[in-house]
Amino acid sequence: MANTNQQDIILNPSLGAPAMTGTQTVNDMSRSFALTTRLDAIVAWGRKNALWPMPYGTACCGIELMSVMGPKYDLARFGAEVVRFSPRQSDLLLVAGTITEKMAPVLVRIYRQMLEPKYVLSMGACASSGGFYRAYHVLQGCDKVIPVDVYVPGCPPTPEAVLDGVMTLQRMIGKNQPRPWRDNWKAPQYE
Amino acid sequence: MSNLETLKQDLAARFRIDNYQLNQAFGDQVLVIPKEDLLSVLSFFKQTDRFDFLMDVCGVHYPERAKPFEVVYHLFSSKDGSRLRIKVALSEGESIDSALPVWKSADWFEREAYDMFGIVFKGHPNLRRLLTHHQFVGHPLRKDYEADRQQHCTSSLPIHFDNEPGSPGDVLNEKYVPLNIGPSHPAMHGTLRVMAELDGETIVRAQPEIGYLHRCFEKMAETHPYNQVIPYTDRLNYCSAPMNNVGYCKTVERLLGVEIPPRAQAMRVILCELSRIIDHIISVGTGGVDLGALTAFFHLFTYREKVYNLFEKLCGARLTVALTRVGGMAQDAPEGWFEDVQAFCKEMRVAVDEISKMLLDNKIFIKRTQGVAPVKAADAIAWGYTGPMLRACGVGLDLRKTTPYYGYDALNFDVPVGTNGDIYDRYLVRIEEMRQSIRIIEQVCRNVPGGDFTIRDRGIVLPEKKDVYGNIEGLMNHFMLVIKGLRPPVGEVYDATEVANGELGFYLVSDGSANPYRLKVRPPCFAIYQSFPSVIKGWMIADAIATIASMNLIAGELDR
Repeated sequence: MANTNQQDIILNPSLGAPAMTGTQTVNDMSRSFALTTRLDAIVAWGRKNALWPMPYGTACCGIELMSVMGPKYDLARFGAEVVRFSPRQSDLLLVAGTITEKMAPVLVRIYRQMLEPKYVLSMGACASSGGFYRAYHVLQGCDKVIPVDVYVPGCPPTPEAVLDGVMTLQRMIGKNQPRPWRDNWKAPQYE
Repeated sequence: MSNLETLKQDLAARFRIDNYQLNQAFGDQVLVIPKEDLLSVLSFFKQTDRFDFLMDVCGVHYPERAKPFEVVYHLFSSKDGSRLRIKVALSEGESIDSALPVWKSADWFEREAYDMFGIVFKGHPNLRRLLTHHQFVGHPLRKDYEADRQQHCTSSLPIHFDNEPGSPGDVLNEKYVPLNIGPSHPAMHGTLRVMAELDGETIVRAQPEIGYLHRCFEKMAETHPYNQVIPYTDRLNYCSAPMNNVGYCKTVERLLGVEIPPRAQAMRVILCELSRIIDHIISVGTGGVDLGALTAFFHLFTYREKVYNLFEKLCGARLTVALTRVGGMAQDAPEGWFEDVQAFCKEMRVAVDEISKMLLDNKIFIKRTQGVAPVKAADAIAWGYTGPMLRACGVGLDLRKTTPYYGYDALNFDVPVGTNGDIYDRYLVRIEEMRQSIRIIEQVCRNVPGGDFTIRDRGIVLPEKKDVYGNIEGLMNHFMLVIKGLRPPVGEVYDATEVANGELGFYLVSDGSANPYRLKVRPPCFAIYQSFPSVIKGWMIADAIATIASMNLIAGELDR
């Protein structure tokens, strides 16, 4: 308890050095507690409205993703216009298109290079499940190798659907929703 | 038939043709020869200038035959548009001479046949896997390989190079800087990988690696009924999906021996030309982006959205439309659609002029592209270039003129050609082609033929829903066609259309069942991209980016 008080005084010199009473300790605790939650909320608010997407467009969905970024649909309205092609500068991985077996190690590598906190949106049927390519060289969904937060169905999804997916992700971030799929993710054993 | 006779006489004068077979099937000339004669026959055709293009090399697997493999070569003459299919039968483990000394374009096609079937081409310097990953075991297009047997890949190959005479192959030279670009790189469009050795900024040698989007199109086609293959064709060149639909349906229709009604033909022409415009929009737009010009891309995308709207009115989908059916179109155009198309043409005409000013008159753009990495016409033909890339070199080959289909011969349009074969000319040709496409669309839209939008053959086309629900005959037809499937006669056919990138060919083998026995796609940018190492040698690394952009590589059709 004494520790908390000391910190409080250091943090808030205007409080001076009052006599220690039980009520005040509780008050201070509640204040610092309230401050923590507000910080979380404000950070989440910032995060959700300043997503920096990394477009991992491999196929047809990549072309539709261009529409999402383009003049008519304009993802910039949702605070996600700063498209980065470097994973180290982005926090939202947009997997747009079929991920083949050959591509899987590359995708994992890109994902691991991204900084925390990071999110993944899987755009389209192929990225989500392999789509109608139940085939010898197609990974049956990118969630086989990386944790996915939002799946957007469609082949390819309309730009509206992608915007909806991004807004869903924003709600998740805004509420600090737990992401067990992310926490329990184990990186595939690659050479 | 006279053509076939002269071919026979010419061959008889040079070769012992007792064990040759020369015949005509579904309008294609077919020559079956023993494998020993392959190289001499190919060089005979090339030297006598009978055929100047080797369009396609592919394998077919017939497990029940004594010689289970067939290697199929498709030759094409740009002078009269005639084609010849040469077939060679091979038994298991037998090898065949590589056609590489005669035609450079055989390079990747032979590697693909090796990858897919395990056919060994003697004398090919780089007979390694091309489309599947390096840990893949077996040959997926053999009939005994299950379509859904996946093999996981756990690593990427380090920087490697082709073996060429006098080149150190995979051994890197310490004097040079090795550089890897892609596959995740903005200029590599998500799925291309280029490895290079640099001396300063100059490229000593470069090597593309492909297969990052190998989605097994050909295996999928073998496991789906004819009409269900159409959505897969959408995803070949997804920038201009309707053109692939048309190319595929036209091939099946030729095998079936049916001709589609005039209204369907007109609609297909309009769709093809609209697709050509939006494909060139992507090509020119992203080409600008790769050189740092973002504005043109955003501006052009407005017009791409307008074409999406037209597609949506027609079928509800934007990008992957699956608009055609074997025998015609899926449905008729809604009222006022042709007027909408004409209105779009008016807007697009202005937009093309604006883009032309924005890019082609831009000083930076000119400096980055003019005179950069040119390709000579003879090289382009040897590599199997088609489409705008070939026309930029000054060869005026366009299948819409050489072997017209769907009434293109009655339409008034020009085939633009370049002079230098450099990057600038490629964009010049593409932008002029957009103008020509607008001309074509306006001509067709002015008098669209009336009548039905599809043939009504009960064995080919499903009856309309009102008949299915309304009378017993319609219901039975529907039931029979769904259960039995559309079954073309036994045979094979190669058919090609002029798509935005060049010649898109489909080689279709039917065994009379409801699924294609083999469907080989001849993608235009596949032939073009294999020339990349030799085209870019000695140029700067920044020119490599501009070159790749100008080749308009669409991974969907490149890797299939």
